[in-house]
Amino acid sequence: MASTLSDSQLVARCRAGDQAAWSELVERFSRYVYAIAVQAFRLPEADAEDVFQEVFARAYQHLDKLRDDSAVKPWLAQLTRRLCIDRLRASARERPVADEELAAAEPDETLAFLDEALTVHEALAAAPEHCREILDRFFARDESYKTIGAALDLPSGTIASRISRCLGRLKAHLEGRSDGSVPSGDR
Amino acid sequence: MTAYDEERLAKLISALRPAPESWVRAAQELPFARRGLDEIVARAEADAAFRERLITDLEGALAAEGYEREPAVLAALRARLTSA
Repeated sequence: MASTLSDSQLVARCRAGDQAAWSELVERFSRYVYAIAVQAFRLPEADAEDVFQEVFARAYQHLDKLRDDSAVKPWLAQLTRRLCIDRLRASARERPVADEELAAAEPDETLAFLDEALTVHEALAAAPEHCREILDRFFARDESYKTIGAALDLPSGTIASRISRCLGRLKAHLEGRSDGSVPSGDR
Repeated sequence: MTAYDEERLAKLISALRPAPESWVRAAQELPFARRGLDEIVARAEADAAFRERLITDLEGALAAEGYEREPAVLAALRARLTSA
């Protein structure tokens, strides 16, 4: 079930030693941190794993230094970005760096896109489970209609129309229209 | 206000794929690993030579002492040693 806690509420609970809240914070930002490392900075998987763990280790260690709890997302983004750059610099010391790799070290456009993607995922997290599940499975997990149908107990023939309806509802929600919530009758 | 068409929404949802489950689990378990980390950090504070070995070659120093060397543990230790 999606959490209704805001980022700042979640951070406050983590700081108070709530382990479930920490687990949720990792879950909430894991895709974002991962995407920055592998898409924006194109780190190889092993380097990306080190950066990923380092980001959350530092976040856990320094959570009390975060001045504005609601700014946890940009804080994590900056931390990830800095650690990715450190990692690229360390690699550059070991071997010559190709021009395209250096160009990839300035990924502002991709970072902006990932910020927007996180906004969309936050809206998706607030959507009813049947929409959240189907959109995430189809677009983010690349699952086939057959797999989705089996997992969600749906006839394959209804999946395309449900995806389209859920996208429409998500769009309405993001654009701030009052009919953005997905009624349970849409199942 | 940003306008979204379905194609763009699809691209944005696709952009954030799940991180490998084992990575997420390791990061989530950091609080549970804390007691072991506390022990290593306390030892490093009391023993300058051990601390130096950790800073020079974290993985090697931990292996020599029989400690766990999971990426999450290494990252957590790095974070604590550099902030100590």
